[in-house]
Amino acid sequence: MTRWLVVMAAGVATYGIRSSLLFAGGRVTMPAAARSALRFVTVAALAALIVPAVLYVGSPGHFDAGPGNERILAALLAAVIARMTGSIWLTVITGMGTFWLLSALM
Amino acid sequence: MAAVTHSRGAEFAAGLRDELPLLVGVAPFGVSFGAYAVASGVSAPLAQAMSVIIFGGASQFIAVQAFAAGAPAGVIVFTVALVNLRHLLYGAALAPHLATTPRGWRAALAYLMTDEAYVVTARHFEAGDVGRHGRWYMFGAGIALWTCWQLTTAVGLLIGDTVPDSWALDFALPVTFIAIAVPAIRGRGALAAAAVAGVVAVLGHGWTYETGLIAAILAGIAAGVLSQRGDAASERTS
Repeated sequence: MTRWLVVMAAGVATYGIRSSLLFAGGRVTMPAAARSALRFVTVAALAALIVPAVLYVGSPGHFDAGPGNERILAALLAAVIARMTGSIWLTVITGMGTFWLLSALM
Repeated sequence: MAAVTHSRGAEFAAGLRDELPLLVGVAPFGVSFGAYAVASGVSAPLAQAMSVIIFGGASQFIAVQAFAAGAPAGVIVFTVALVNLRHLLYGAALAPHLATTPRGWRAALAYLMTDEAYVVTARHFEAGDVGRHGRWYMFGAGIALWTCWQLTTAVGLLIGDTVPDSWALDFALPVTFIAIAVPAIRGRGALAAAAVAGVVAVLGHGWTYETGLIAAILAGIAAGVLSQRGDAASERTS
């Protein structure tokens, strides 16, 4: 029962976080400095999610930036394809394909 | 160029379609959440309810971990909130684009505003060809992700962790993020933001309550702003 209450409270907190500025932002005019800072939210958030996922291997994750970590080369090649093509499908195929190939070879 | 006014249906379909490739990364994440919840002694109804009520992948994993460890209720709620705190910034970033959207709509879109729905929607809105019905795009992207998350949670609860670790399907999500992030890095400010956020995220990886994640995003934004200010200054002097 307590677990259900915890999940509901966590859901309310998460919804509050997601909705608060989405609502406030419409009424308050944002200063130019804030608007320009918000342009970096997407790349900063994605980089913060991506880089540890590549460099920490296993569960619980341990740091591995060495050549034995296939994810690094796979991620770099995926980044090159993403830059060249802008295609999510091709990027995913390249990234996963490279990872599986390297895992099979090593 | 005149603003293109797409119909509701066209915007909704575009949102659905653009979200599909990200589901390649989300689907295994959902299955592994379901499997992890069962293995950690969380009941199937509660695990599915977490996917509906919290609807935030990483925070749900951490909540399950905390349940299993017997963490106090307040700590679990606080941790989930901290892990999802980055969504505050997503709301701020999308708000100007949804300023004329009715409150009821915004209430629904806020519920659907996950990482994956946000990045696709932000890209669409910033491309600048959003007509009056941009909200339908976000709704399409959000509902595609929501449906995928609920179904794959259920699959994970039913079949458990049957996929071998060697497939490394957990790697599919960061790869889809790479596909969105790399083309979005235009200009020195964005490059600095990505680089600094990535480094700080690695440095803060083990921090309690996932505070490293929010620290990394804030540091990245600061780096982006500072580097852009440096650009403007050097333009003035040259």
